Formats: sequence, C-alpha cells, structure tokens
Amino acid sequence: MPVIACHDCDLLTQLPARAGATLLCPRCGAVLQRHRPNSIDRPVAFALSGLVLFAVTLTNPFLAMRSGSFIQEARLLTGIIELWKQDLYILGGLVLLTCIIIPAIQLTGLLYVLVPIRLGVRAPGAIHVFRAIRHLNAWAMMEVFLIGILVALVKLAKMATIIPGIAVLSLGLLTIVVTAAMTTLDPPFIWRKLDPRP
Amino acid sequence: MKSLPTSAKSLGLLQCHDCHLLIRSEDIPAHHAHCPRCGAPLHFRKPDSIARTWALLLAASIMYIPANLLPMTVTTAVGAVQTDTIMSGVIYFIHSGSWEIAAVIFIASIFVPLVKLAILVFLLVSVQRRSKWRPRDRTVLYRITELVGRWSMVDVYVVTILVALVKLGAVASIEAGPAAVYFASVVVLTMLAAESFDPRIIWDVIEDHHDR
Repeated sequence: MPVIACHDCDLLTQLPARAGATLLCPRCGAVLQRHRPNSIDRPVAFALSGLVLFAVTLTNPFLAMRSGSFIQEARLLTGIIELWKQDLYILGGLVLLTCIIIPAIQLTGLLYVLVPIRLGVRAPGAIHVFRAIRHLNAWAMMEVFLIGILVALVKLAKMATIIPGIAVLSLGLLTIVVTAAMTTLDPPFIWRKLDPRP
Repeated sequence: MKSLPTSAKSLGLLQCHDCHLLIRSEDIPAHHAHCPRCGAPLHFRKPDSIARTWALLLAASIMYIPANLLPMTVTTAVGAVQTDTIMSGVIYFIHSGSWEIAAVIFIASIFVPLVKLAILVFLLVSVQRRSKWRPRDRTVLYRITELVGRWSMVDVYVVTILVALVKLGAVASIEAGPAAVYFASVVVLTMLAAESFDPRIIWDVIEDHHDR
C-alpha cells in the first residue's frame, strides 16, 4: 500500500487503491493529491500557446497615452528600459524577472520536461529543470501585474487618454494560459516518470 | 483512505521537500543527504526554520516603516511638484470617487503586509511557546499568508507603469520615490519568510505530547 506524508503537517496517509478525485489530509486539510486527466497533453498545449502569446505581447504596443496632440506609445520592454534609464535597476529588474523572465523560463522548461516524456524519452537534467519550475512558481506574478495596469489606468484617466494596446489583451490571455499550464500539471505523475532510479 | 495516526518523522521517515518522496532516514548517507529521486537536499524539517523566519520578518518590519513614510511617487505637473505616499494615494482615490481602486490599494499595500507580519509572528511565538491551541486553524493561517503575499506587489507595479508611461516632456512626469524600493523589499522579504517557515513544526509539539 503506497503511503504519503502531508507536506503541511507530516501525517502519514495511505493512498486509496484507485485514484479518486481529490485526497485531503485528514488532520490539517491540505490537498495531498488531485487527479489530473491528460496531465501531459494539456500543459503542453497551454505552454505552446503561451509561447505564441509571449511573442505577441513583446512585439506589440502595450499602452499609448494621448494628451492633446501629444501621443506616447510604450511597449512592455521599452517601459522596463525606461526604468533602467532612470537608474531604477531594482524596480526594473523586479518587473522584468517576475513578469517576463520567470514565466518564460517556466513555459520553456515545461516543454523541455513534458515533450520528451510524451515521446517516451527522458531529456538530460529534466528532473532539475522540473524542480526549478516548481520553485519559481511563487515568483511569477503576471496576474498581479495585470491588476497593477488596471489601477494605473484609473490613476492616469484624469491626466490623459490612455489607449490599451494589443499587448495588454495578450498579456491577460497569457496569464490565464500560464496558470492553466501549471494547474493541469500532475507533479506526482511527472516525478514518477522522471525517477532516475532503476 | 486510511490515515496512520502518526507523522513520518516519528517513524524515521523523511519526506523530500521538492518531490515528496518518502525516504527511510537510515537509507541516506550522512555526508550526502540528497533525495535519491530528484536530488534536492533532505531534512526532516526546513533547516533553522524559526531563526530564519524571525530574521526575515524583522528585516521586513524595519523596511515597512520607510515604505509607508517616504513618498512612493513624485509627480511634476506644469512646474508643481507633488509627492505621494501609499496612504495619500489611497486617500486620493477615495476623494476622486474610485473607492474600488482605493480598496484594492489599501488591502494590497497596507492591510495584507501587516496581517502577514502579524500572522507569522503569531505562528512563531505559538510554536516557540509549544502551544497546542488549534493546530489545524494555525496551519490554515499559514496557507493564507503563503497565498496572499504576492498581491502586495500591486502598488510596486502601478508605480513602475506610471513611471515608464508618463514622460510628457515639460508638461508632466512621474518619478518613483524611495518608498517603492523599500516596499518591494517588504513584499519579497515577507514572501521569503513565509517560505522558510515549516508548518510541520506546529504539529510536532502535539505529537511530542502524545508520546509522553
């Protein structure tokens, strides 16, 4: 009988013989295991569409601001470069990391781990990549950034006319897709697949 | 589903923090305590959980003071300079009628960081006093702090968007004030503090009690 320990309270629990829907820790209520159907194909599909949306987000205008006859357009990356120019390295770096680099690493990392599993082979170092993806989860904050855009828009509405660009829309979709890729994943299943022991 | 009325640690079993593999402690060599499956370092509990969490919390609460007192943004519009702290930003939104936005900023920037600091201090003190009070509810409190911490970043993002977007030459410009960096460090430090706390030490006290 397979036994697992709760990650929040360390209680040992026997896994049921048949995989049920969701298994909760009887002592502290943590989610011990959750059944995820198609747990390779779905995250791969979401990760692929995520890469496309990434390209759209980075190459299209993000926000434009009009005040009288003065129009100013910004892309996501030019905004970050602007922060860099104003010597705001910490803020610029934080936005770059949490909203672009970390989600991008997670998506490409997922494909690097999952596609070979789908094809029945094992990519070198895949288990370390998967560990890194899981650790980075707390630090990808695109959904928070979206709320930030909303607040900034309201704040600027009095000063000038703000025209949201295509990149705002694709960033919204990208946020949904990245979240979906991470939640359709079945980590225990992947760990078993990547197990290097004989 | 059957639960065995005991923790993994009491049977000498370690659970890998990363891949959740259960390992018998006598099976791992003392000089190389790494998970045989995923290679993560192995411990019964997160190392120095209490000391690390205290240190990060202390640093975060020190940073919380300049984050709230210093200006977040410095706005220059037609020659007039206006500085805004987090709280004056909230008040501005209330006066301009968008109370929803005021609520978002107040909750994310003032309420959540304070509650997070308070919950983590409470958990640390209760563990150090070997409290047996409602362990399940305290575990839920811990999960809440883990979940909501990231949302405090909203105001930092608002400032960066404003700074990047508003450069209307001589007409108006917005610059980030010193509080932005302090506030970002509060969010990062409290997230690291929550990550270094091990909720299982809440339950260890209760098991020790049963053994005696």
